[in-house]
Amino acid sequence: MTTPGAYGAEVSPEPESAIQARGLGKSYRIATSGRAHDRLSEAVVERFKAPLRRREFETFDALSDVSFDLPWGEAVGIVGHNGAGKSTLLKILTRITAPSQGRVELGGRVGSLLEVGTGFHPELTGRENIYLNGSLLGMGRREIRRRFDDIVRFSGIERFLETPVKRYSSGMYVRLAFSVAAHLETEILAIDEVLAVGDAEFQRKSLDKMRDVAKDGRTVLYVSHQLQTVTSLCTSAMFLDRGELRLHGTVDDVMEAYRESFEGHRVRQRDAERRPGNGQIRLRDVSTPEIREPVGDTVVSFEVGANPEIVGKYFVTCNIRDHQGLIVAQCDSRLVSLWLDPSEPHRGELRIKDLWLRPGPYTVDMFLCQAGVFDAWSAAAAFEVLPHLPYPEIVIEDGIFGAVLCDFDYEAW
Amino acid sequence: MITPPGRLNLPHWRELWEAREILYRFGVRDVVLRYRQTAVGVTWVVLQPLVTAGIFAVVFGRVAGLPTGGVPYFLFAFAGTIAWTVFSGILTRAAPSLVANQALVSKVFFPRVVVPLSTTLSVLLDFVVSLLLFAVLLVVNGVNPGWAALLVPVWTLCALALGSGAGLAASAVMVKYRDVQYVMPWLVQVLMYATPVAYSLDAVPAGLEWWFEANPLTWLMECFRWSLLGTSAPPAWQVVALVVASVVALAGGLLVFQQREREFADVI
Repeated sequence: MTTPGAYGAEVSPEPESAIQARGLGKSYRIATSGRAHDRLSEAVVERFKAPLRRREFETFDALSDVSFDLPWGEAVGIVGHNGAGKSTLLKILTRITAPSQGRVELGGRVGSLLEVGTGFHPELTGRENIYLNGSLLGMGRREIRRRFDDIVRFSGIERFLETPVKRYSSGMYVRLAFSVAAHLETEILAIDEVLAVGDAEFQRKSLDKMRDVAKDGRTVLYVSHQLQTVTSLCTSAMFLDRGELRLHGTVDDVMEAYRESFEGHRVRQRDAERRPGNGQIRLRDVSTPEIREPVGDTVVSFEVGANPEIVGKYFVTCNIRDHQGLIVAQCDSRLVSLWLDPSEPHRGELRIKDLWLRPGPYTVDMFLCQAGVFDAWSAAAAFEVLPHLPYPEIVIEDGIFGAVLCDFDYEAW
Repeated sequence: MITPPGRLNLPHWRELWEAREILYRFGVRDVVLRYRQTAVGVTWVVLQPLVTAGIFAVVFGRVAGLPTGGVPYFLFAFAGTIAWTVFSGILTRAAPSLVANQALVSKVFFPRVVVPLSTTLSVLLDFVVSLLLFAVLLVVNGVNPGWAALLVPVWTLCALALGSGAGLAASAVMVKYRDVQYVMPWLVQVLMYATPVAYSLDAVPAGLEWWFEANPLTWLMECFRWSLLGTSAPPAWQVVALVVASVVALAGGLLVFQQREREFADVI
């Protein structure tokens, strides 16, 4: 890393920026003609059948033309919606995957804390796993030995060092895995959503640890949906949107832009004339808090106009859809006997009590109907459920199925 | 410095050297896991070659009555089995190794070459145990291989290189094409019968001999048997060809591997 300067005394101990990215892009090829071959025999047969035909591909840019400079000693938060390219960027910076275009210059080793427990083997003991995982993360044997006691103390699993980790509780497992990674001494540290593990006490410890890392003059990259953590940990932030770097600046500015972007696609659908429905009455506004925890009430506020010419009352329906378009909840106002009088404008509020939602983006559709549909406003509002699970323990695999979460408890006797 | 993948992707030797701890830990993991929660544990290492050689001795020695040039058939088959196991063991363990470590490959960065190469450690351990057992059998049977025995490490290195070269290429191809996992056991079996492992080259009909002699694994077997049993030395060209073939196989396997390495995480 140390390069003797060409002009004698100018020996810089480290390059000026920790990370310098120029025109970084990553595209994936998606086959459009025929199927992709995942069998050698198919690929060979295809070659023989049409030796001259080139398969056609559509390229999908997960990341395009991203450039930035990150100075030393900074904790940088990377935020963005799902599929914005955050993880791809981190994977390129940690060299897991290669970029398609552009280049990155790194001022030091990059350690990654991408997913807790990757590289742990269930049959090996805690001690064996510390060594295995430490070496995978790039520590030498001496380095691991030197940090061993710290790692064990930080994780708090002293008594179970010689137990295979398959017998660990999920909390212990996560704590041990995090501790190993947190004691990495690389100049650059990349973290993907892992600070949200463990109990509150452990989370606080982890956050402090990450702050110390940045104080040492090392650089921390932190990808998250959790805006509070980004705000409390990071000194600057980047906002990625559909593969492009929208903003790189102070945490406050980026948070502002990120929050505003939730409104972005709603704006396009604001134009009532372009919505389906006969238009005799239109919704003026539908809104809901943009970010929420999985647990709690879902509140949707709406405003409708008036049309005195309509005879009879009308009703409202609201759908909550997940990112796959599945209707998670349908709230028809007829079921709770709410009818609105078309002769005057209204403001209203729908409150869905205790609907536990899985983390992810959701959209709200709202309809005004009588015999026909007056207004059908799909994706009238959107919100994001933070990636917490409202349960006391953490399960390593994302093994929670079901369209919604539920408040359950087990008893056994 | 990270750039898009180029055409020729040579390994970074310094990075590889720094990753030696991973190689060692993977090797230890394989060995430990193989015998943890097993009833007879390490006995398996001893049992497998013994039984294999025993069956070969019965089938090829007794039933078929093939010649060995004066060596007891059991010893003859045992020597072949030991040598063959180094090659086939590495090949069959290295080939699925990347896919088996899918989570690691797609989530952590380290030189990928380490994964297939780490399988050599457990194979070598088995080899050493078998070799010790073989030495005991030599003494019991009063067979003295002579000075040629000193060349065993060289042949072992050749077997390692041949196995690793094939294993590296196979593991890299398997990331994209899972057919490899179906082809491999069959291929290894065919190779074993096509190579004089359980029978001697003398037993091959004269018309077919050149066909056998073109097989690098035949050279390997001949060299090993020369050193382990003191049979007649193979012709010099075979020795030279074996060393050359080993280097070529290892380099070729490494190149195939490196060429695909950077897309592993996207494809696996």
